[in-house]
Amino acid sequence: MHVVVCVKQIPDPAVPGALDQVTHTLDRSGKLVMDDSDSYGVEMALQLAGNVEGSEVTLVSMAPGGETSGLRTALAMGAARAILVSDDALSGSDALSTAKALAAAIRRAEPDLVIAATESTDGYTGTLPVQLAELLGMPSVTFAKGVSTDGTTLEVERQTEAGYDEVTCPLPALVTVTAGVVEPRYPSFKGIMAAKSKPIDVLSLADLGIDPSDVGVRGAREEVVDVADAEARAGGEIVMDEGDGAARIVAFLEQLKVI
Amino acid sequence: MDRVWVLAETGEQGPTALTLELLTKARTLAPAVEAVAWGPGTASIAAALGEHGASRVYDVGDIGGRLPGAPVAGAIAALMRDGEQPDAVLIPASYDGRDVAGRLSAMLDRPVLTNVTGLAEQDGSVLTEHPIFGGTKILHARFTGEGPGIYVVRAKSFASEPAGGAAAEVIALPPVDAGPAGAATIVQRHVEEASGPKLDEAAVVVSGGRGLGSAESYALIEELSHLLHGAAGASRAIVDAGWVPYSHQVGQTGKTVKPTVYLACGISGATQHLVGMKGSKNIVAINKDREAPIFSVADLGIVGDVHKVLPALVEALKSRS
Ligand SMILES: Cc1cc2nc3c(=O)[nH]c(=O)nc-3n(C[C@H](O)[C@H](O)[C@H](O)COP(=O)(O)OP(=O)(O)OC[C@H]3O[C@@H](n4cnc5c(N)ncnc54)[C@H](O)[C@@H]3O)c2cc1C
Ligand SMILES: Nc1ncnc2c1ncn2[C@@H]1O[C@H](COP(=O)(O)O)[C@@H](O)[C@H]1O
Repeated sequence: MHVVVCVKQIPDPAVPGALDQVTHTLDRSGKLVMDDSDSYGVEMALQLAGNVEGSEVTLVSMAPGGETSGLRTALAMGAARAILVSDDALSGSDALSTAKALAAAIRRAEPDLVIAATESTDGYTGTLPVQLAELLGMPSVTFAKGVSTDGTTLEVERQTEAGYDEVTCPLPALVTVTAGVVEPRYPSFKGIMAAKSKPIDVLSLADLGIDPSDVGVRGAREEVVDVADAEARAGGEIVMDEGDGAARIVAFLEQLKVI
Repeated sequence: MDRVWVLAETGEQGPTALTLELLTKARTLAPAVEAVAWGPGTASIAAALGEHGASRVYDVGDIGGRLPGAPVAGAIAALMRDGEQPDAVLIPASYDGRDVAGRLSAMLDRPVLTNVTGLAEQDGSVLTEHPIFGGTKILHARFTGEGPGIYVVRAKSFASEPAGGAAAEVIALPPVDAGPAGAATIVQRHVEEASGPKLDEAAVVVSGGRGLGSAESYALIEELSHLLHGAAGASRAIVDAGWVPYSHQVGQTGKTVKPTVYLACGISGATQHLVGMKGSKNIVAINKDREAPIFSVADLGIVGDVHKVLPALVEALKSRS
């Protein structure tokens, strides 16, 4: 079974986000890291591949400037190889354009299973994986909180508003995983050393046969008009609990006539 | 805009609240509002859809146990290919809604605007509102180029109000074959029933976070919400940790709540949590860290230990009843 995992490389979320004043897009000029949301997909892929003999795990990412640091982290967890789509003409791509670029790269890898996160930390459109599935002609099961496969069929516990559904579908298929699904492993020292020599295939738009005017800023068919400050909430009263915290809350609720 | 379509989802009691919110909003955007629904019960929701402004409902029909993404998007795309052209498609930000939006986007080769919390017509185009950075900033965007705009709209962005229209005319669509892409099938549904009011409808929501320290301590949250006739919520951290089922999660990937009072107990107030509860009328936070971001939205903030404040609060409320 060949499992392909989407790994988004994003600006370090610990550093407060900044918007480019002109384009209103997130500033991605600094060093990028693996989106934590994708560490669950990587772990899931490694576990599923471990259960089906002769399996391998390939990572795929689209990022500017040939960025590979986030991919190295995921390789250090145990994936065998990675594909990076990187091309200046991709900058400013919306989710659909990104899906087109990733789909072209993934199609060549001929996966049985594609794994992505339900949504990314920085963009959180949450639509890219399903767009990807449609472009690849695959069924998709989103919001998986449990996944298993024998290499032929996929069994998923899919979150719903009220609980969860047991969903099944034949492979090849795409699944999106939530953060609760598995506990991602920490890369070992050995893993980190091994990752340095694992192959990363870097592909340009020309390699993928994609017309640069279809993607990136030129291909975008949506635009940010402006960014404004939201109405701030009026400041509240913050008090230290001196044993009277509960009484204060009771008084507050009384005043609102909730009790 | 002349014509807006709304993807209508059916719940146990007819169209979901979010569906009716979208129909109400759609009425302000265009004279013609139509719905697209699926499932065996479309005829039974036609009255409610009509009452909220839909003149027609296109019925995809029973899709068996299949996940709706591929078959429903396929039916909408086919309808458009047959010449029906809306200017906008409003889609609920639900699991199934997001699936339909993603599929439709790729089928039509049109991008999607997601996390929409506002829609307004301006100079002939529709401007969307998106909360960013935990709702401290609002981004406005719009579609350019030809073709319908696909919008995925968050719950509780708009109020729902009936307009008193007649039942929507039901138009049955021919069955679509979604092929391999439509092969995902539900074999069993599990409903994690919670007692008391629903999380997204309750007047009081008491939510717990990692600051509770352990799954056992969540009992305090449940007891408190019960005493206040409210619902019990949670941060994602403790849902991921398996302390409580996902259906309790409040936030960007969980439920959007706007109760009269929201009590955040041992929750830091990450941006993704804030977008799900910042619209609450009153916010009370208990956190031992004075610098926790939750205090920036709190009307009453108690800097203290949940293990001291919560039991005392439970006792105080019990002694009143
Ligand atoms: C794409 C994406 C989507 C997300 N969606 C959501 C979402 O929908 N909902 C959501 O909630 N999160 C979401 N998150 C996660 C979010 O970023 C935070 O990680 C999460 O909200 C933190 O939960 P928490 O506040 O319970 O835990 P923490 O951030 O660990 O905070 C615990 C708090 O408890 C306090 N505390 C500790 N001990 C005590 C004590 N004894 N008494 C009082 N206070 C105490 C601490 O001071 C701290 O502030 C999402 C993240 C991503 C990347
Ligand atoms: N540039 C990218 N490279 C690789 N995977 C991506 C990329 N963008 C999005 N994804 C995947 O799609 C998921 C959803 O992304 P988003 O649509 O941004 O919320 C992410 O969590 C990733 O798994």
